[in-house]
Amino acid sequence: MNSNASGFQLITDTADKASLVLQGNWTQDQQSPNFSGLHSELQSNSSIRHLLVSGADLAEWDSTLMAFLLQCHDYCQANNIGFQTQNLPDGAEKLLEVATAVAAHQLPEDSDKSWLSSLSPMTFINNIAAGFTEYLAFMGEVSIALAKLVAGKANTRMTDFKTFCYDAGPGAFAIISLVSVLVGMILAYLGAVQLAQFGAEVYVADLVVVGTLREMGALMTAVVMAGRTGAAYATQLGTMQTNDEIDAIITMGISPIEFLVIPRILALVLVMPLLTIYANLLGIIGGGIVAGSMGIDPLQYIHQASGVLSWAHISVGLIKSIVFALLIAVAGCRAGINSGRSSAAVGQAATQAVVTSIVYIIIADAAINIIFQQIGM
Amino acid sequence: MTNNTTAHIEIRDLTMAFGSLVIQRDLSFDVNHGDIFVIMGGSGCGKSTLLKHMLGLISPSKGDILYNGDSFVNASPQQQDLVRQHWGITYQSGGLFSAMTLAENINLLLQLYTNYNRSEIADIIAYKLALVGLAGYQDYYPSEVSGGMRKRAALARAIALDPEILFFDEPSAGLDPISSRLLDELIVQMKESLGATVVMVTHELPSIFDIATNSVYLDANTRTMIGYGDPQYLRDHSDQAVVKQFLARGIEPSTQQVSIDER
Repeated sequence: MNSNASGFQLITDTADKASLVLQGNWTQDQQSPNFSGLHSELQSNSSIRHLLVSGADLAEWDSTLMAFLLQCHDYCQANNIGFQTQNLPDGAEKLLEVATAVAAHQLPEDSDKSWLSSLSPMTFINNIAAGFTEYLAFMGEVSIALAKLVAGKANTRMTDFKTFCYDAGPGAFAIISLVSVLVGMILAYLGAVQLAQFGAEVYVADLVVVGTLREMGALMTAVVMAGRTGAAYATQLGTMQTNDEIDAIITMGISPIEFLVIPRILALVLVMPLLTIYANLLGIIGGGIVAGSMGIDPLQYIHQASGVLSWAHISVGLIKSIVFALLIAVAGCRAGINSGRSSAAVGQAATQAVVTSIVYIIIADAAINIIFQQIGM
Repeated sequence: MTNNTTAHIEIRDLTMAFGSLVIQRDLSFDVNHGDIFVIMGGSGCGKSTLLKHMLGLISPSKGDILYNGDSFVNASPQQQDLVRQHWGITYQSGGLFSAMTLAENINLLLQLYTNYNRSEIADIIAYKLALVGLAGYQDYYPSEVSGGMRKRAALARAIALDPEILFFDEPSAGLDPISSRLLDELIVQMKESLGATVVMVTHELPSIFDIATNSVYLDANTRTMIGYGDPQYLRDHSDQAVVKQFLARGIEPSTQQVSIDER
């Protein structure tokens, strides 16, 4: 141990008075003593009522010393021990004064919720119930705003609507093209291998057309748009919440639902069916490419495909796409409007928007399929 | 460190521009050890831009910035990081990470740049928060405390590594006069006990006259500095009407009427 090693000595002067002598360098690269050492010494000398901290033998010091002194001070205060200092370096004396000027904040009693309570089924049910009520309330507000829009009394701006249409529509062409062609090809591969066993390769066209029109076109478009536009809505509105923009809109007497949510929902509801038609077309072309590579004549593919093409299949896909568009836009806007006011909260809002819209899409898809099966469409 | 008055930061012939748009040109001034240095000027004159240049967030189009005599502009990114370790910075809106508690915000720096162990770090965090009057707020998230507390928490993070230079961007913006004065006092106390140099961007006059020891005035019209020195001295003796007017809160000294009209 060198002469500059840091340390302390607790000297009992009289029965209830003790001095704490600090020595050496108290800096971060030195092995400085911990407060726990002093803590046990003080506890074993429970008769001490006054503690005098002497810093005459201190050499260099930094926050290490200050953290130690602050703990001493807090311990003494908690145990009704008089705390005094002498010969502390100037800066240290001043810092200690500043650090002890304000009493420590007491955590409110109820803040120590046990983690068990968050696991209880009641909390879970309550959370779901609260979420559902809130969802209903939001849908109610949207319906009222839509009614006002129809009556021509809503504060919805046409320019916003056009911008959102452009963002959601033409902006998504590239990714939709790629995804739909590939999905069409996947469907064709899947079918071709199975159908070849029966020598019925030509029915690949039926499979691709029905599969794309009724299911995959709308579903894949919806999944892409949930990640693309739904998340964008949530982050836009969440950031507006953070910047007090939504407060500004409310205090201007404008309903944020009419001003922000309605144009977004309408834009997506208008654009999604169009995108779905586009995706359907590309999906069928993608299937054709695979069919061609498997030796099916393009003309034969087209002939077979047009044979199964029917308004029923097309409209099933379009109805689905409108429902999906509503679900995505509502989930995105709701997450954004209810977002907290920090960067972390905006991130959570985006996550929530994408996750809920994809879950709702799948549930809605299943439900719609069952309904159409029942009515024989 | 405080007793020597050599330049801690030197700004040499600095020109700040975005493309062809010049914000400020020909800035040359020193910030001495132990100064509380204020960068002031009207809105849009480039105060915060100058601070960003000094922090190395934007490179100047011309000129140099020296810390302790060494060029910062021409230093390698690694060297710049080394220099930055001796700085504490609070940003205009705090810059606290909202996904982390106050303790975690401070912990990040201590973990990166010191070799304290876990329990020592907890002690240091408790001490730093106590310094800014936030003892016991370790586990709160920035969104759970008030605006004034966020500013102070940001200060606690800035002083986590016992910095040599403290930078503040509008420290008291959005605070009530009392909190704002308490923050000023805290800045002075920190500066004195740490022996640090303080550079701050502000246009809070009370704050400027209370604590600043040196200042520079950036003019938005001429796009250069038109005042340098102790703000109280500038208010009474500056030869620039604009500076006097700024420091007198828009009340034009009668003798300056003419020159203002000429402008």
